[in-house]
Amino acid sequence: MSLMCKSCSKAVLNKKFNIKLNCHDDLVIALAGNPNVGKSTVFNALTGLNQHTGNWPGKTVENARGNYKHKDKKFVLVDLPGTYSLLANSVEEQVARDFICFGKPNATIVVTDATCLERNLNLVLQVMELTDKVILCVNLMDEAKRKKIKVDIKGLEKELGIPVVGTTARSGEGLQELMDQVYEIALGFQTTSPRPLVYTPDVEWKIEELTPKLVELLEGKLNPRWVALRLIEGDPTILDSIRNFLYDDKDSNAQEEVACIYEC
Amino acid sequence: MKEGYIYEKIMPLSEIDVGYTVQVLKLLTTGLQRRRMLDLGLIPGTVIEVLRKSPLADPIAYNIRGATIALRTEESRQILVRQMN
Ligand SMILES: Nc1nc2c(ncn2[C@@H]2O[C@H](COP(=O)(O)OP(=O)(O)OP(=O)(O)O)[C@@H](O)[C@H]2O)c(=O)[nH]1
Ligand SMILES: [Mg+2]
Repeated sequence: MSLMCKSCSKAVLNKKFNIKLNCHDDLVIALAGNPNVGKSTVFNALTGLNQHTGNWPGKTVENARGNYKHKDKKFVLVDLPGTYSLLANSVEEQVARDFICFGKPNATIVVTDATCLERNLNLVLQVMELTDKVILCVNLMDEAKRKKIKVDIKGLEKELGIPVVGTTARSGEGLQELMDQVYEIALGFQTTSPRPLVYTPDVEWKIEELTPKLVELLEGKLNPRWVALRLIEGDPTILDSIRNFLYDDKDSNAQEEVACIYEC
Repeated sequence: MKEGYIYEKIMPLSEIDVGYTVQVLKLLTTGLQRRRMLDLGLIPGTVIEVLRKSPLADPIAYNIRGATIALRTEESRQILVRQMN
């Protein structure tokens, strides 16, 4: 099994994240979001498991995976630690960041709190910058209603360019539609067009300068624009992660080249 | 920020007592540290509330854009605010 997996693109799941797929057709879905927005509640509702609905620190990703079936497909759902950004400030944030970046999920659900959407959308934009296989789940819709907050789901969809589903995970409301959307995106039946984030000219110019080299080095394994942004930002943890996940058993030249770009 | 604010008392967030509401004026941090603060929602103009102190008064918990977030004094010292009430 592991020999067979080595050659497929999902080998990294088994090797680095200890996620074993029963079958190569299994679709891997990441559940990301700010702390305390109901990720584990969504996870429990879909998988029938009983993850702690509380804080994450100290737990590892492998503890929080479960399966569900939707239509004709089997899904492996991965409950990630809550995080305010994809910048790895803490171990939990790095766990989440690394899984979204390197775990190659077939799709990522970003769960958000309908009562404070603005703060939650920061992470949504960051995930959208990294991957276009993303679904926005606006959870706690019951709380929003109670506080007389109206969420314009269709408007969000239009502004962001990704599917948006309103849910009340605690009662299960909206979860059917969430699974439908995940199915469509993960299988590529529906494509998204995440709103592009454009930076100031000097940053854009730097990105352009770095991109050709990164395209070559990353070999399609990671979004070059995203990596360029992280290098410009000076996040050293991303280099460690790139080394760890992408260049594990390759010649070390490529690693050094990445490091070199960073230091220049 | 409006010019009038110059004459108001500008203080580091670390000096504000529990129960007060303040508005973020400026971050003194740079680079990744600044980025982290922005990701936590500490964008100039943001109104935040001082919720409670831990027994040793460090860290202090704040309500920042609807989430409770604890900041250490070495962080809150770098956030300049003006009092609102
Ligand atoms: N009213 C309401 N409460 C919800 C809903 N979804 C989750 N909750 C509650 O919100 C709290 C946090 O839920 P969790 O599922 O633990 O949140 P989480 O995102 O996994 O939290 P972390 O793992 O700490 O990041 C729990 O008390 C849930 O019962 C919802 O749709 N409506
Ligand atoms: Mg959780």
